[in-house]
Amino acid sequence: MAFLNELAKREERLAPGHRLCPGCGQPIIVRALLNITDYEIVIAHATGCMEVCSGLFPYTSWRVPWIHSAFENAAATIAGAEAMYKVWKRKGKTDKDIKFVALASDGGTYDIGLQALSGALERWHNFLYVCIDNQAYQNTGVQRSSASPFGSNTTTTPVGKVKKGKEQPRKDIVSIAEGHHIPYVAQGSPHAWRDLMNKMKQGLEVEGPAYLNVIQPCCLGWRFPPDMTIEVARMSAETCVWPLYEVIDGAIKINYKPKKKLPIEEYFKMQGRFSHFLKPENKDMLKEAQRLTDKQWEWLLKREAAGL
Amino acid sequence: MGKKVALMGNTATAHAIRQINPDVIAAYPITPSSDIPMAVASFIADGLMDTELVTVESEHSAMSACVGASAAGGRVMTITAAQGLALMSEIVYIASSLRLPIVTIIAARALSSPLNIHGDHSDVMEVRDAGWIQLFCEDSQEIYDSTIQAIKISENKNVLTPVMVIMDGFNTSHSVEIWEMEEDKRVKEFIGEYTPKYPLLDVSRKITYGAWAPPAEYSEHKVSQLHGLLQSPSMVKKVGEDFGKAFGRNYGIFEAYKLDDADYAIVIMGSAAGTAKDVVDALRENGVKAGLLKMRMFRPFPADEVKEALGNVKVVATLDRVISAGAYGSPLFNEIRSALYDVPQRPIVIDYIYGLGGRDTQPKHFKAVYENLKKIAKTGKVGKILDFINIRGKWEE
Amino acid sequence: MKIGEKAKWDELLTGGVIEDPGNSVNYKTGSWGIEKPIWNKDACINCMFCWVYCPDSAIKVDKDGNMAGIDCDFCKGCGLCVKECPKPNALAMVLKADIEKKGMDVVFKETFGGK
Repeated sequence: MAFLNELAKREERLAPGHRLCPGCGQPIIVRALLNITDYEIVIAHATGCMEVCSGLFPYTSWRVPWIHSAFENAAATIAGAEAMYKVWKRKGKTDKDIKFVALASDGGTYDIGLQALSGALERWHNFLYVCIDNQAYQNTGVQRSSASPFGSNTTTTPVGKVKKGKEQPRKDIVSIAEGHHIPYVAQGSPHAWRDLMNKMKQGLEVEGPAYLNVIQPCCLGWRFPPDMTIEVARMSAETCVWPLYEVIDGAIKINYKPKKKLPIEEYFKMQGRFSHFLKPENKDMLKEAQRLTDKQWEWLLKREAAGL
Repeated sequence: MGKKVALMGNTATAHAIRQINPDVIAAYPITPSSDIPMAVASFIADGLMDTELVTVESEHSAMSACVGASAAGGRVMTITAAQGLALMSEIVYIASSLRLPIVTIIAARALSSPLNIHGDHSDVMEVRDAGWIQLFCEDSQEIYDSTIQAIKISENKNVLTPVMVIMDGFNTSHSVEIWEMEEDKRVKEFIGEYTPKYPLLDVSRKITYGAWAPPAEYSEHKVSQLHGLLQSPSMVKKVGEDFGKAFGRNYGIFEAYKLDDADYAIVIMGSAAGTAKDVVDALRENGVKAGLLKMRMFRPFPADEVKEALGNVKVVATLDRVISAGAYGSPLFNEIRSALYDVPQRPIVIDYIYGLGGRDTQPKHFKAVYENLKKIAKTGKVGKILDFINIRGKWEE
Repeated sequence: MKIGEKAKWDELLTGGVIEDPGNSVNYKTGSWGIEKPIWNKDACINCMFCWVYCPDSAIKVDKDGNMAGIDCDFCKGCGLCVKECPKPNALAMVLKADIEKKGMDVVFKETFGGK
């Protein structure tokens, strides 16, 4: 395990003293990013849990240059910074190799920030966009987002006597990012730290835009005990709800295939937001959730087999 | 020596931008300002400037990218109008709050609905309280000169506040006028180099921009921002004077036109001031003591100087090119009237709304305004506080 | 430049920026939880899973990159380090109240047994 010991020797670039919930996965993901690279990093952070908890005046947890502007514009903000960097390079104002990262959660990526993200990808800014996807507007009280999975119980898609949670499946943001034909697109999870760090590294190294979608189990909104964050993430991969894969120049590579794909109940029963799926009267919903998961997984397998 | 050219207001602005050669421009085209990013793109394509032009997918992203670029450290500009300014307005507030000296050119235009691409001040008035310096320009020469001056004003280390340089959509942006273009070298000398105070790209410093401020902290941030904005009037004056020394055209925070002994005055901003000045001249020839105050700097509002300039006038009409819906009078009226409240012999102030969505305003309309001011002075009866110029149908208060 | 809480408006830096990277270390979150992890050095294999999964950068590291204890100034007591530790006897969650009541030595012995 010398790998982690080596990493652990480096200066921690995300300082403690931030005010995220105990057991929150977001700083785990961000620490992986800041620890895996020696590059200087400039971050534009969309409004969200991590942003408010890590930059609460007069405190900052950031030991890298960091800017928060608004909810929907992390990609546009980093695009501006990256454009200015080109000028600094050209004018000889810096000799540093600086990498540019936009951080946002699913709200700031799938929904309100989608336009700015698409624009920045299309304009081919040299940056890595990391979506820390906790599948709802957790910061403002667990309202549904277009990343919320089918049937999930959120505060705007509550489970009641008539309605049974979110009625639509989640948006396939990775395919949307892929549609820009950028050099690197990937999906990762904090439990698979080595895979995640590899993806972050590739995303930073590649010339041009890179998009990385990372699951972030939210103990508050998904309703599980704080020490289960990594277990829940692990189960998302074991059930193929959250496949780990990357798309390099258009060709897919699945990074993890469970030996025995577990049924979705195993993932659902860990989380309060899905507890209604396990009631006998909602059997059909469970079947539908399994069908959606299988469909996505089989599609990825087919793509990989076909070399697409 | 500068040279006389006959080009549109948009082209004048584009040449100022070419000479400034900012590090980054992020812009999204919108009528009537689109000529400017188009001209900038062609200057870049021809190697006449080397700005990084970020051709964003919306105005919201335009201002967002400007914020990112300016915080990264360097000279940043954008260009917009109307719906574009409205769309970016969220980030307009953030730019000034982060004290980023972004110079934004606006070809002021009506806001929808109904859709209208022509000039008025609805767009810039919507963001008048966003913490930016607002400079209104009358003609091509002024927009060219003010664009250059805005760089120096905004980048002053005590000010560090963004500036909107405003011309009237179509009236100025698309009018071909004769104006004087200065030599590239002299413009560059005038604006000088900019050293950003807290550049993100100086990675050794690891600056945090935009931390959130809870109730225990927020008020102090807003007061600090306001203090920066209020450092600007002296800089607007100084840079205007320095510009005069360098290029022979002096600028202040406003232009007092034949006001010294005036009994009746119009207060106005933008291109219509030119027409109104002609009317003042004609009235003066007939012995009418007419005058005019052309506001250049609307934000921050120079109340003390306004008191000084209008304190001895008998009746004042403010001419607003915007409706401040539901307010007691329009923005200019409110500022002027409020400033004059403390004057011992305060003038009567009435409000006219003119030129909405490009509606023509002619000398006869200004003449009628002055006639009304004369009548009010004579009879002491005010009548309507607010009226519209050149609309069909009678406006009753 | 250091700006503390409740600064006056004219003490703030232009734009309200913070030029004191990582100064959140002055805000201690160690009091948050009712439980905290304790560490049994002898059972630890220095795999650093606790370090990589800690949301609060609260795993202390020595100069060789090995585990050097829990930073109680910041540990919020989430228990992820304990959950993800591959060794059954290297990390455990205990009640802070128990440590206060019985002393660390007793709690350590009760938890890990032996010495």
